[in-house]
Amino acid sequence: MLRDQAVGPQPTREIHPGARGQPLRRLLELIGTQLLLVLGAIVFALPFVWMVSTSLKADRQIFAFPPIWVPDPFIWGNFPAVFIYAPMHLYFFNTLLIALAHVFGAVFTCSLAAYGFARLRAPGRDLIFMVMVSQMMIPYIVMLVPLYLLFAELEWIDTFYPLTIPAMLGTPFYIFMLRQFFLTIPMELEEAAIIDGASRLRIWWTIILPLAKPALATVAIFSFMFAWNDFTGPLIFLNSREKFTLSLGLQAFMFERRTMWGPLMAASTMMIMPILIVFFLAQKHFIQGIALTGIKA
Amino acid sequence: MTTAQPKPRLTNAAREALTCYLFLLPWGIGFLAFVIGPVVASFVLGFMDYEIVTPARWVGLANYIELFTDDQRFGMSMGNTLYYVLVFVPFHVIIATLLALLLNQKARGIAVYRTLFYVPSIVPIVAGAILWVWILQPEWGLINSTLRMVGIEGPLWLASLTWSKPALILMALWGSGAAMIIVLAGLQGVPQHLYEAAEIDGANRWQRFQHVTIPMLSPTLFFILVLSVIASFQVFTTAYVMTGGGPAESTLFYMLYLYRRAFVLLDMGYAASMAWILFVAVLALTLIQFKLASRWVYYEVEQS
Repeated sequence: MLRDQAVGPQPTREIHPGARGQPLRRLLELIGTQLLLVLGAIVFALPFVWMVSTSLKADRQIFAFPPIWVPDPFIWGNFPAVFIYAPMHLYFFNTLLIALAHVFGAVFTCSLAAYGFARLRAPGRDLIFMVMVSQMMIPYIVMLVPLYLLFAELEWIDTFYPLTIPAMLGTPFYIFMLRQFFLTIPMELEEAAIIDGASRLRIWWTIILPLAKPALATVAIFSFMFAWNDFTGPLIFLNSREKFTLSLGLQAFMFERRTMWGPLMAASTMMIMPILIVFFLAQKHFIQGIALTGIKA
Repeated sequence: MTTAQPKPRLTNAAREALTCYLFLLPWGIGFLAFVIGPVVASFVLGFMDYEIVTPARWVGLANYIELFTDDQRFGMSMGNTLYYVLVFVPFHVIIATLLALLLNQKARGIAVYRTLFYVPSIVPIVAGAILWVWILQPEWGLINSTLRMVGIEGPLWLASLTWSKPALILMALWGSGAAMIIVLAGLQGVPQHLYEAAEIDGANRWQRFQHVTIPMLSPTLFFILVLSVIASFQVFTTAYVMTGGGPAESTLFYMLYLYRRAFVLLDMGYAASMAWILFVAVLALTLIQFKLASRWVYYEVEQS
């Protein structure tokens, strides 16, 4: 099986003349590559398999040696059990709400600013852009203490405002990515509209945003994932349990029930699943995100 | 007509500039209120004694003096963080590069492998941390169970003074897939004709790797190096969730100590000065890396 796969691509390679080495050596190399790939895949995937397997096992199979991979019988009870200790549906809803605010900020506010940076001439614009880029290099922690004091003053502690309002006003990283994309859109597409007297806001809305859908999808996904995964923000700004996000709720759950591995793994599975679904639905946008950061060698 | 033209043109430019500023305004408000304001405030706070319940008091350099001369935890947490950075970063860069080189081969099912290697890096960090507490669990966890099957009694991992930091590093390395994708993009950006030219000159595989791949890839590797140094200096969540800084403060990283000072002890001035030390340290390290970059990072533009 492995050998068949390894032999596969060879004929196309042989078209190139020149120093290719003996066929046997190449074959061994290909088999070696496959073996390493399989080994790597096992190492990277096993933790997931272990997580799902644990979430479907009864305690006596969880605490067993040698480890049992396939639960017998399959126990679904760990999933409903989670809700007894942690109101996951509430955490889920809170997290979703915050994540949607981040997506809104990335798609609308950031693209507005990105359009300004990419297309509109104004004195000092490039300097402002430099300032924005350097903003990305300031560690969050430097702002955190005064931010906490500011939000306390505004009576925003234990509300969603600290986790949503700043994000809705725009994030430099997404502005940067979108600007990169807007620069690739041909100017001619807007010129006709400008001559017709359309306002810039209208051009941004009716011409640029539809053209930028792939890039907008990328920043939407990135910002959604950031908000979904964020732990530090909720930890510092939220106190009461009914406002917890999934990250915070899950952490509290583990802190209180450190040995309930079945329900804990069920809860982790539930938190990871939406991210995996987003990933499989939109794989190409993840790869594109890297291209948009403009660091291709 | 000729006399009328300059005027609207001028207003057009002014109008465009005004539109531009308006488009940048939401971000600008956020930048002033939630970035620059706090950064300045944090710098000022670093010279104050402020514990929320009592009014803020100017103390000059007292926080900094206490940090460097009197605070054992400061030195220890910095040491723990340096350990983490110095072990994690090289492994991270090497693993990402090796995986990318492997994926750059022509073999079956590359897309599937790429997905498998990448996915751990997008797992929510708390979910990943809880999963790894279970994997590292000394008695029934996956790693020690597997080791026991081949007759090795594994360490206590998160409960061991020696193994707690390596355990957290191991978990973090599981997420090397994001860097791997960046390296892969870099590898695929290496022009094929360079390899062909080298081959015609009689370069063997290793020589081609050494003299074509490595120089062409060096800007990408530099980018990953800089980013992972910055990120790993701020390691926090895994330690907070998995060990809480223990055992015996062996995983009390700088950020964790700062968090405790600020949000457990409410020692806001002290924490602000700690934040600025971290900021300056990371900035200095980044500048040093840029300085050293000219020795090993190859940029095509400089050559022509």
